[in-house]
Amino acid sequence: MDKEVISLADDKNKEQAERERLSRRRFIKNSGYAVGGLAVGGVLGGVIPWDTDEKKTNPQTKNNKTTNFTHALMNFSQNEFKMVEAASERIFPKDENGPGAKELGVAYYIDHQLAGSYGLNARDYMQPPFFHGEKVQGYQGRLRRKEIFRIALKEMQNYSQKKYKKSFANLSAEEQDAILTDFAEDKVNLMTVSPSGFFDLLRSMTLEGVYSDPLYSGNKDMDGWRMRNFPGNQMSYSDIITGDFKEIPPKSLREHM
Amino acid sequence: MAKKMPKTDVVVVGVGWGGGIIASELTKQGLNVVGLERGQERHTEDYYMVHDELRYAVRYELMQDLSKETLSFRSNEKMRALPMRQYGSFLMGSGLGGAGVHWNGQTFRFLPYDFNIKSATIERYGKNKIPAGMTIQDWGITYDEIEPYYDKFEKMAGISGEENPLGGKRSDKYPTKPMKHSEQMKMFKKATENLKYHPYTVPSANLSEAYENPDGIKRSACQYCGFCERFGCEYGAKADPVVTVIPVANKTGKFDLRTHSWVRKVLHNGDKATGVLYTDVTTGEEIEQPADVVVLTSYVFNNARLLLNSKVGRPYDPSTGKGVIGKNYAYQVVKGAATGYFDDQKFNNFAGAGALGMVIDDFNGDNFDHSDLDFIHGGYLSLTQTGQRPIQNNPIPSDSPTWGKEFKQNSLKYINKTLSVGAMGASMPFQHHYLDLDPTYKDTFGDPIVRMTFDFEEQDRKLAKFTAKKASGILKEMGADKIDAMEELGPYNITTYQSTHNTGGVIMGADSETSAVNNYLQMWDMENLFVVGASAFPHNGGYNPTDTVGALAYRAAEGIMKYSKNGGMLA
Repeated sequence: MDKEVISLADDKNKEQAERERLSRRRFIKNSGYAVGGLAVGGVLGGVIPWDTDEKKTNPQTKNNKTTNFTHALMNFSQNEFKMVEAASERIFPKDENGPGAKELGVAYYIDHQLAGSYGLNARDYMQPPFFHGEKVQGYQGRLRRKEIFRIALKEMQNYSQKKYKKSFANLSAEEQDAILTDFAEDKVNLMTVSPSGFFDLLRSMTLEGVYSDPLYSGNKDMDGWRMRNFPGNQMSYSDIITGDFKEIPPKSLREHM
Repeated sequence: MAKKMPKTDVVVVGVGWGGGIIASELTKQGLNVVGLERGQERHTEDYYMVHDELRYAVRYELMQDLSKETLSFRSNEKMRALPMRQYGSFLMGSGLGGAGVHWNGQTFRFLPYDFNIKSATIERYGKNKIPAGMTIQDWGITYDEIEPYYDKFEKMAGISGEENPLGGKRSDKYPTKPMKHSEQMKMFKKATENLKYHPYTVPSANLSEAYENPDGIKRSACQYCGFCERFGCEYGAKADPVVTVIPVANKTGKFDLRTHSWVRKVLHNGDKATGVLYTDVTTGEEIEQPADVVVLTSYVFNNARLLLNSKVGRPYDPSTGKGVIGKNYAYQVVKGAATGYFDDQKFNNFAGAGALGMVIDDFNGDNFDHSDLDFIHGGYLSLTQTGQRPIQNNPIPSDSPTWGKEFKQNSLKYINKTLSVGAMGASMPFQHHYLDLDPTYKDTFGDPIVRMTFDFEEQDRKLAKFTAKKASGILKEMGADKIDAMEELGPYNITTYQSTHNTGGVIMGADSETSAVNNYLQMWDMENLFVVGASAFPHNGGYNPTDTVGALAYRAAEGIMKYSKNGGMLA
């Protein structure tokens, strides 16, 4: 980056910081903290310390050149990762609106989630006995999400080899869609996992990776939010709640650090 | 051998709205109260990172840990009940404040009709209007009798609102002015006025302005940040027990709050409760807490479960309709709704508050003639703007694909161009809808979990179709270019979120044969045991339940004071 660009960026950061300072002041005023004369607790008390010199620059724009060290694997093998990256991209593809799942880091998001409590169903009731249930009774399997992915990805790879003599990640987009559709519509016979159950899990985790706060390794640079004008983590919409539609640049939870 | 604690005047089991109100009212009047809460302590400063949809809304940070306790479910008695292994239909709270922390703040009073539903229905339509198996009954209290307690709850919580033109008579106006009106609310108001309905602003526990309540609790105004349901409020603007009643109880010095305390049994001797047995979940130690009065203030399911596991009261028998514990479990019929797509307008759907919206009661209760309809009761119709967060809100026309290129394009296009009109359909009790103990599945301490037997009935299917049609009509008048409305309600499915408005199981009434508690929520079969919560509702009205839960808690607190002075049955 040359010097001029840096100083332009710095100016932009200063402007941004000033705007934030003003909007925080407006927030404090609107919240009744200043005008109501009431001493109140909660975050309002904590708002004041945020409004200090420490926040003159915006860390989110400043650090965007550094390596993203969270982009490494805790759960998947390299092959599994490639499949999940390809499959999630078919669910939420890149188009003229903006990036798809791959560019947004969704496969990293899924990898990290499966390595943690969600992948292990830590907060679900997993006690036996296990019986086959009715649809209205919900998931009744003994497998945890991490295991479901491992088994289903292997099955998907086998299915892909059988149908097209190629691994899933190397198929054309149309072929990948055909395989995913067969899973989604239970047209594949699998022994231990439900094909549509796996597809639904993959779909919901793809959307989570696209739209969760970037702290979870997906939604890269908040571009998932930007595509749909979701402003992320804002302190207040008091000023716009009664007005017409307004585009607001997104903020992440990083702002609160 | 359990460790025995010194005796207290009152022990409350579960410190949410019920436990918090009981504790604050009784300690202010000088009684010593021990509060046992199995979850953790909470404060507003825990919510600095609360604007996190994944953690709170999708992974249920504030909810009960199902790995420790869940319930089992079956649609009918022929089906094998299986555990609810993952969350879906409703979300049980956990921790200090309970479900009162993650609620939206919509604070409606039930209609006068609700309290004498059976006699009012027979009077207007004859007794044949009530189908076989529908077990509606009067509540043993009238609207006029409960009104002062509604007023008390609303002033404590600082409810922001304006009078419901079709509601019961109010002794006073709401303590704070209505919430702001967004563009979509203005459209709903205009459309429903054109249709000759009676719109009003949703009564809200998200404060419209800074407020100091009669207990001296000061709170700030709502910021319309769009993170209410499933979240705690970092401003303390949303009324919850942690920012309202619990500090009042704490200030008296007479409230002994013990978190991580999992109550497992009500102890009793003859027809008197002697205290409770609980486990300290951090050590596994069993502890006995003796008390003059025991108050169950847990969530619906656990109130019923504790009584059944403690062998207190007469368990309900669905084959005869006799017995009372577990009777009249009811829910809510919310799927009779419609979504409108607006080609040329865009809305700030990302902004909002849990209780921001406009509503009509023209099709609620008995506010309309049911002579030619094959259901009773109804529900409110509303447009609420709770803040559409992106993982959970991807509205697309019903005939479009749910993944891939077209899905992406539609979901991005319509997110700020759709508005929904929803219904809060009432749920009537039936003889074969009930709670009992599961014969197979246990909680983390080996105690049986609750088993729910429930399905939607013809009544619900008709009601849902009716409200969906009315919702479509309103959206049409609002100028929607395309409308998707529910067509068939289908069976009750525990996997999809509907509402955390579970009611019944320990119902109130004027008659000890047909109800478990009297109108002070005092058990007919054990006079020093009170059971507080939506478990007391004999049916569920066409509203969110919290205002009525709060009112009944104030009523129960008054009863407990009377009882602790004079003893005996209060009603």
